[in-house]
Amino acid sequence: MTARQLAIVKDALPFLLKAFVNVTLPLTALSFLLALLISVLVAMIQYAKVPVLKDLCRVYIWIIRGTPLMVQLYLVFYGLPDVGIVLDPFPTGVLVFGLNEGAYMAEAMRGALESVPSGQLEAGYCVNMSYTSTMWHVILPQALRTVFPSFANSLISMVKGTSIVSAITVVDMFKEALDIIGRHYEVLPLYIEVALIYLVFCSLLTLLQRLGEKLLGAYGGAR
Amino acid sequence: MMLEIKDVRKSFGKDGEVLKGVSLSVDKGDVVAILGPSGSGKTTFLRCINFLERADSGQMVFDGNVYDMHSIKKRDIAAVRRKTAFVFQNYNLFLNKTVLKNVMLGLVHGLGMPRALAKEAALSALERVGMADKLNAYPSQLSGGQQQRVAIARGLAAKPEIIYFDEPTSALDPELIGEVLNVMRSLADDGMTMIVVTHEMEFARSVSNKVLFMDKGEVIETASSEDFFNNPARERTRAFINSILTKGGVEKKPLSEPQPQPQLGFIDSTR
Ligand SMILES: Nc1ncnc2c1ncn2[C@@H]1O[C@H](COP(=O)(O)OP(=O)(O)OP(=O)(O)O)[C@@H](O)[C@H]1O
Ligand SMILES: [Mg+2]
Repeated sequence: MTARQLAIVKDALPFLLKAFVNVTLPLTALSFLLALLISVLVAMIQYAKVPVLKDLCRVYIWIIRGTPLMVQLYLVFYGLPDVGIVLDPFPTGVLVFGLNEGAYMAEAMRGALESVPSGQLEAGYCVNMSYTSTMWHVILPQALRTVFPSFANSLISMVKGTSIVSAITVVDMFKEALDIIGRHYEVLPLYIEVALIYLVFCSLLTLLQRLGEKLLGAYGGAR
Repeated sequence: MMLEIKDVRKSFGKDGEVLKGVSLSVDKGDVVAILGPSGSGKTTFLRCINFLERADSGQMVFDGNVYDMHSIKKRDIAAVRRKTAFVFQNYNLFLNKTVLKNVMLGLVHGLGMPRALAKEAALSALERVGMADKLNAYPSQLSGGQQQRVAIARGLAAKPEIIYFDEPTSALDPELIGEVLNVMRSLADDGMTMIVVTHEMEFARSVSNKVLFMDKGEVIETASSEDFFNNPARERTRAFINSILTKGGVEKKPLSEPQPQPQLGFIDSTR
């Protein structure tokens, strides 16, 4: 690396980190929270076989999983204004990323709910608990523990997935890098720098996932 | 009469009837053993009378209240369940809860008992089954016999009028069967009303006072346990007892006539 490259990379770092903390992180966090909410709700509606709603959930999952994320992003940001719905770029990102990942997470959550033995619910009934109460105290906690690695997986994937958000004019870390490259024409070093920042953060999340799994453990430790 | 079940019928899909009109009356303090070959509908019957399964038809009279078992309302099911406890073959303890929480959960969130009272009731029930020293263990840390005793405590804690047991020892290793049967025996001694589906002939003979013998969804014989074991009235009952004798690998002259007094006392397990 030349001295010039080194200087550019060094100068770029605070700008990149600032964009990461101010945009990429909140975008990922909010999108993930939305996805979490959607997925648990959608999975529970299907598990409880709520009429009509459960069919709507299937349609939602079908559409989301059957179309590209980029198309969904463009459709909401550039398409919906045609019918009078205009959203700011950042909320659009949260909405689309949340809706998108929510569909995948809902499927994982549904599987986790269905993997809880049916005897757990029956045992709840037999000690005078209602469906809702057994769901809340017994079924849901067990399913959330099962689904934890898969949800962590989704979160890690979303951190990087949000890098396409510049397509709808949001200046995230990646867009910041592109702008810097545009100014200095130093391509490779800056791409590597951005990649490393993503890598470091995702490694951190992976460690947190390990820790979380250990904390949740098998109830009382594996036999 | 505390509990009277009349003519329960149940079929799953179009596979034919699994219960073809099963009736049973239970007095306070009765220990009813339900016996019968595999697939005869014993579990289904027990599940129907606790409404885990909805019968196609049948009537239940519980403490003088009459219920239609097919069209019974949610509120009435809750009322019946409040008086009953159910012990499953595979325990079904709440896997994410400790022993103490397993027993308390239903008291607090099912019966709305204040936490302190629930804890007291849970502790005394766990004491009763000899599990008070494992309050903070999770089900996965317990042996099958211990799990089943906690399950019994969980039922007991709500002070039910009657406890249903569905083959409570069938999933257990032979050396763990005794501890569970002992708990059940002591409950019976204390006058607890129980309906027990079991393959433990010795237990049925020595603890139960009534036997309901089922085959292919029908009641073949309802008798006092003394009559059932010493004086079976029906050919099929005799054949069943004989098959149990043979299955147990015990050399014993098969019963041919109702009169001889077979001594089944030495059979510990049919497994
Ligand atoms: N949910 C179900 N769906 C369809 N068939 C069922 C269902 N539950 C039970 N059956 C059928 O009903 C019949 C009676 O089953 P049940 O479990 O009541 O017998 P059991 O007397 O308890 O047998 P075992 O001694 O093996 O426990 C069996 O033929 C079984 O296949
Ligand atoms: Mg059975």
